[in-house]
Amino acid sequence: MTRLKVRPSTERGGRKDYISIKNFGFWYGSKKALESISLDIPERQVVAFIGPSGCGKSTLLRNLNRMNDLVDNIRHEGDIQIDSRSIYDPGLEVISLRRRVGMVFQKSNPFPKSIFENVVYALRVVGVRDRALLEEVCETSLRKAALWDEVKDRLHDSALGLSGGQMQRLCIARAIANRPEILLMDEPCSALDPIATGKIEELIHELKEQFTIVIVTHSMQQAARVSDRTAFFYLGKQVEYDTTEKIFMNPSQPQTEAYISGRFG
Amino acid sequence: MSSTPTTSTTARGEPWVWLTSLGLIVGLVMVAGLLSLVVSEGLRVFWPETVAVTELKEGRAIIGPMVQRRIRPGSPASAPVYERQYQVGMREVNGQAYQWFDESRVVKESFPAEVMGLERMENGPAFVRPVRLTNSAGKVYQATEAAFATELQNEVSRAAGIREKIASLTKNEIGDLNSQMEKSRIDLRRAEDQHLPVEPIKARLEQLNQAYAGLHDQAENLQKQAGLAKLEVLDAAKNAHVIPLFQIVRAWSPNQLSFGERLGIFFSRIGEFITAEPREANTEGGVMPAIFGTLAMTVFMSLLVTPFGVIAAVYLREYAQQGFLLRFVRICVNNLAGVPSIVFGVFGLGFFVYVLGGTIDQLFFADQLKYNNHSPVFGTGGLVWCSLTLALMTLPVVIVATEEALGSVPRGMREASLATGASKWQTIRYVILPAAAPGILTGVILAMARGAGEVAPLMLVGVVKLAPTLPIDATAPFLHLDRKFMHLGFHEYDLGFQSPDSDAARPMVFATTLLLIILVVCLNIGAIYIRNRLRARYKSASF
Ligand SMILES: Nc1ncnc2c1ncn2[C@@H]1O[C@H](COP(=O)(O)OP(=O)(O)O)[C@@H](O)[C@H]1O
Ligand SMILES: [Mg+2]
Repeated sequence: MTRLKVRPSTERGGRKDYISIKNFGFWYGSKKALESISLDIPERQVVAFIGPSGCGKSTLLRNLNRMNDLVDNIRHEGDIQIDSRSIYDPGLEVISLRRRVGMVFQKSNPFPKSIFENVVYALRVVGVRDRALLEEVCETSLRKAALWDEVKDRLHDSALGLSGGQMQRLCIARAIANRPEILLMDEPCSALDPIATGKIEELIHELKEQFTIVIVTHSMQQAARVSDRTAFFYLGKQVEYDTTEKIFMNPSQPQTEAYISGRFG
Repeated sequence: MSSTPTTSTTARGEPWVWLTSLGLIVGLVMVAGLLSLVVSEGLRVFWPETVAVTELKEGRAIIGPMVQRRIRPGSPASAPVYERQYQVGMREVNGQAYQWFDESRVVKESFPAEVMGLERMENGPAFVRPVRLTNSAGKVYQATEAAFATELQNEVSRAAGIREKIASLTKNEIGDLNSQMEKSRIDLRRAEDQHLPVEPIKARLEQLNQAYAGLHDQAENLQKQAGLAKLEVLDAAKNAHVIPLFQIVRAWSPNQLSFGERLGIFFSRIGEFITAEPREANTEGGVMPAIFGTLAMTVFMSLLVTPFGVIAAVYLREYAQQGFLLRFVRICVNNLAGVPSIVFGVFGLGFFVYVLGGTIDQLFFADQLKYNNHSPVFGTGGLVWCSLTLALMTLPVVIVATEEALGSVPRGMREASLATGASKWQTIRYVILPAAAPGILTGVILAMARGAGEVAPLMLVGVVKLAPTLPIDATAPFLHLDRKFMHLGFHEYDLGFQSPDSDAARPMVFATTLLLIILVVCLNIGAIYIRNRLRARYKSASF
């Protein structure tokens, strides 16, 4: 299980083009959802995707782990590379891609199983039987997701008994249990109250020591609080992509300016 | 124009609401009516009623409870003529156990305490006046003596014990011997055919024959021993009869019983009905083999239909290319549910029994066919073919329910599993199927309910009026899938429509119906219990 080794925690800011999206376009049937997107996401940083509803943030995010493959009649152009390797490389299995790119959804979606089984699900499916290892992974994942103290006494109770915020953190624990390199989050806090949101944001801060995080968010405050870089999309096009500071303080595009200042029609 | 804001009743839609509730009420009333009829008639059978001695005009008397009273068919409405039906019993004397008499012929009715009811192994029940009892030790008790009643009950239970011994002897030991002899005979024929030494087999057969004769003698001795005790009685016409106690299953004094004693007999009869084997062409005794057969068939059917249905539905929903062909297959599956069940019976007979069973016989039981007068093993009706036929019949129910259940698993759960790197099959296996399990079980429950109540196709593929053995017993290989078996639904049909004395059979029809309903309800409750436990485990989260 080499995957379970903790990756050497190097200085923040590794490769600058860890994820590299190149001239990427995407169609649902005949409807074009994304148009020539090009951006590089640095290693172990948090990148936020912002933009009005329907502008293609989720579509782009779901392409990074090829979740969109589930949809019929899709087509893409251009390329996405992770660590210099195309994710569309026929030699790369989708399953192994998804093991490297974890995902947290907008609606928390725990399995109707125990908390323990939820967390170790990714290990179960690769056939890990070793009880001690499963327990260890469960604990470290839950700790990283800042949920351990709340659930350590009821690991074998149903996950469906947790509160909304706890469920979402459980989903984060589940997504990081097999130590992916990248964590995709699609509006992880949109269904949560401010306290739970605060906890998850704190968590993102800690997780970026280890993971490259791409987060879609509706809340500009959230983008400003958690991300290092921000991309603004509008109608399937990438309008501006820069450091968060630049985007929020001094955007170069008038559309961006309009959007972040709330003047958007 | 001044107009008060009134809405017409029709606009508010109230009549439609009433109509829907009316529909529900009609449905409920019909179900309740059916159930109460079945329950009251079904339970009445077991209740020991008082027995009247009725004197008729021409000096004739009858002993027996009145069963029903009606206007004689064809009598003028202005001056209706009533007639009554009595259960007169004693078929050997009266010919028919139930008889109609014009009410005008009744002169006098009384309920004398000395009247006794007897349930017997043959010729149905009898209502008589006891005279004297000779017990197995040869001691005589007059009916007037105080010790008579207790001594009679002692002798009845003693006789029951002997009958049981004989039954177990014939069933287990003689049955075992029979099957061994059968095997040896086949061996012998084979040996003769293939010019192998026949002497050892003949010796073995001789040995078995002797053992058989020994057991037979033993059984006869037991019966003789019981034959010593006898009860002398007078029938309604004051003719004397001698009834060997060996024949008597139950004796009671219907006009002397307290309520508690009546209840006792009521429950002991219910117990007998559930646990005993049938007697007298199924019109008396119990229905245990039929209960057992129905249960075994239903359970086995569920075990067959569930995997097939679930696998088919998983393929249809998760893997098959959505398109015209798939829609066509779906329509076919749904229409399969509308095919008359007898058609499945014919298919089962033609394909399962003759083709599949015949092939199995040819492949694995060729010897048996050749040396046993071509009597088939699997190439004739049997438990497995019945289960398969009904499994096929109920397959659409399971497929449709499973597809529905798979479709209602939240998409998020599927995506969550795939996003952690699980394959499609792992997602189905670990997430989707468990979450869909309650819905799948609902389908299985419906299938079971439909299968357990089905009769017509079974008549073609292996259900019989009287099966000598149960499909599961203590003889290896314990589960005999090839055996014919009895079934409550068929039992009912057979009693109601095929028995020579339909009046005598009617109470049993109701009792059997009641039992079948209870059985189906129990099976359903069992399945619903399992489903609810699963539901509690997989209850959907509140997001
Ligand atoms: N499965 C799908 N099939 C067809 N069109 C889709 C599908 N998912 C999203 N779209 C369309 O693609 C566009 C982008 O959607 P999405 O990426 O979900 O936007 P966002 O997440 O930014 O709100 C929208 O116009 C939406 O209607
Ligand atoms: Mg979205």
